[in-house]
Amino acid sequence: MNLGLLAREGPSLAQGALVVIKIAAGHLTLGLIGGITLAIMQVYGGRFASSISDIIQKIFRSIPVLVLLIMAYFGLTRLVEMPAIIVAIIALGVRSMAYQSQVFRGGFKAVDPGQMESALSIGMTKLESIRFIILPQVLRKVIGPWSNIFNMEVKDISLAYAIGVLEILKRGRYIIRYTHGNSLLIYLSVALFYFLLARAGNTILYRLEALLRVPGFEGRGDS
Amino acid sequence: MIEFLTFFWRILPDLLAGLQVTLELWGISVVFGFLGGLLLALARVYGAKPIYYLATGWIEFIRGTPLLVQLFIIYYGLADVGILFRPFVAASIALIINTSSYQAEYIRGAIQSIQSGQRVAAESIGMNRIQMIRFIILPQALRIVIPPCSNEWVVMLKFTSLAFLVTVQEMMTKGEIIANRTFEFLKVYGILAIIYLIVVLFFTYSLDFLERKLEVPGLGTRG
Amino acid sequence: MQDILVTKNIHRSFGALEVLKGVSLSLQKGETKVIIGPSGTGKSTFLRCINQLTPPDKGEVWLEGIEVTNPKTDIYKIRQQIGMVFQHFNLFNHLSALNNVSVGLHRVKKLEKNEAKRMGLEALDRVGIRDKADSYPAELSGGQQQRVGIARALAMNPKVVLFDEPTSALDPELIGEVLEVMIKVAEEGMTILAVTHEMGFARSCAEEIIFMEKGRILEQGDPEKFFTEPEQERTKEFLHKITELYGNSKEGG
Repeated sequence: MNLGLLAREGPSLAQGALVVIKIAAGHLTLGLIGGITLAIMQVYGGRFASSISDIIQKIFRSIPVLVLLIMAYFGLTRLVEMPAIIVAIIALGVRSMAYQSQVFRGGFKAVDPGQMESALSIGMTKLESIRFIILPQVLRKVIGPWSNIFNMEVKDISLAYAIGVLEILKRGRYIIRYTHGNSLLIYLSVALFYFLLARAGNTILYRLEALLRVPGFEGRGDS
Repeated sequence: MIEFLTFFWRILPDLLAGLQVTLELWGISVVFGFLGGLLLALARVYGAKPIYYLATGWIEFIRGTPLLVQLFIIYYGLADVGILFRPFVAASIALIINTSSYQAEYIRGAIQSIQSGQRVAAESIGMNRIQMIRFIILPQALRIVIPPCSNEWVVMLKFTSLAFLVTVQEMMTKGEIIANRTFEFLKVYGILAIIYLIVVLFFTYSLDFLERKLEVPGLGTRG
Repeated sequence: MQDILVTKNIHRSFGALEVLKGVSLSLQKGETKVIIGPSGTGKSTFLRCINQLTPPDKGEVWLEGIEVTNPKTDIYKIRQQIGMVFQHFNLFNHLSALNNVSVGLHRVKKLEKNEAKRMGLEALDRVGIRDKADSYPAELSGGQQQRVGIARALAMNPKVVLFDEPTSALDPELIGEVLEVMIKVAEEGMTILAVTHEMGFARSCAEEIIFMEKGRILEQGDPEKFFTEPEQERTKEFLHKITELYGNSKEGG
């Protein structure tokens, strides 16, 4: 195993790694905002809103992510000039929105209906109740399932390779091509990077969960 | 609209030929993936220390790294050290390895939840370990395991699309050929998306239906 | 004396089942009225019709001259003026006792944070648990949680407070502390409509007892008369049953 190679090509791979992190941050945020919105529509919306949001999430969870990426690439770049990384963030973000909406939907449904009742009884609107009372509780409860989504999606960022994004896998393949070999070493390094990234993310989520913990709240609150 | 439909009709036969390969790939990975998962699960529940650690480490690695990278390792990486696979075989191996690690975790969970109650009962009527596993634990565990495993199967169906990236002649590849020939990229991938949508939803609902048919009263998700 | 709360002919159905079949009553300023009756007769539903958590199908609700049931009325403003105390407390699980009380002041009434905090502490003081201001609901006993619930309702400075079986979910030893607070609030002049089995409270504070059964008011009247010479057979039966179960004491224990 030519470890010297890793040292030389390290910077190039590191740049690819940075691209992965950027895509992760971008698409997860997009998915978070969209997911919470879709979930609110599904749980609290009228018949129309909840059917539309249900259809949207079903569609984007059923189409393979590779197809979404390629469609987005051809569709979006036709409309406006944009770098592949943005296409990746949008396509992955929309898919993430669909998955996250289900996580949040479960979270909203798990909150005691009495919470909404008492929030309304002191004069809050539905949206205010969701914002100040329901959502803070949901966010705490949902970190577990959310981390499963996180794990899945981080690895799927490697698929951005297919639309030419210069993330770490693509860079790895360039290195393999112009150094004529060493493919196992490079691929394993790429795999290791994704592994560590997921690990790091999980640790952050774990800490976040501990930080947000409210005494006695994880289980039931009534005594 | 009409020209879209005529286009759709024209390219459908080619795409369906690709779909056939997709489904073959999927079938292989579902069956062998489940068997592989079963073996890994048994290794983790009943295996001696070294086997346990080996299986656990393997599962951690596979679940923690992207499928695409695993696929490239098997197809390109191993070729570097002299082990060559045809694209279809490489894709099959990668999918089997990947899905077996995920299914192993579901199966392990199911076995352990049945194990706690049933082991003592089986021992009290004189069964040895193998008999207990074969006649008491597994039949029950296999029923519990169907919901999460069937989810995984549907996920696998979507991931067969990755075989495209190692030139397997499945549906995505057929689509790319057509797109390159007709320059109708967005249309072709849009049609691919629709076909995947139909197939995935079909299997999702069918598996749900099957699940409900196989439910044994009292043998729910509780151990 | 002005009518603070008036309901006229409230009807409400759930699907095919008509739960409220025309309930009318009124409360004047400072009055306390208690609704009693068998479970499932729509008492809780009736309270929720008043603040529109469950809008009535037919009938009117008037709060000090404003028609609550009119679609043009700002229901959120109205709800700020009607306090509600729930059987299962419904405290906001992620907030401390103090924040439970002040969130309405800060976010709904748009008071400044410090002002809301100050008023929150006052409300907690009024119900006797200022020392638990920073505790979370899960750390409080049922009685303490309910007192926070009462403080939360009082802090909004409502015109009337609706109590929905406030002690039914409490262990017997904890009922007393909540009843004490309710009696105090009544004596301080708050207009109260309470659904409860606590006859002691009814006897000592209520201007009128209302017996509801099967979605209708069967009988209503002055407490002393109500307990000693009820007119209807059903009323007699019901009173007999609950005095057996709950006893006659003024303090809950």
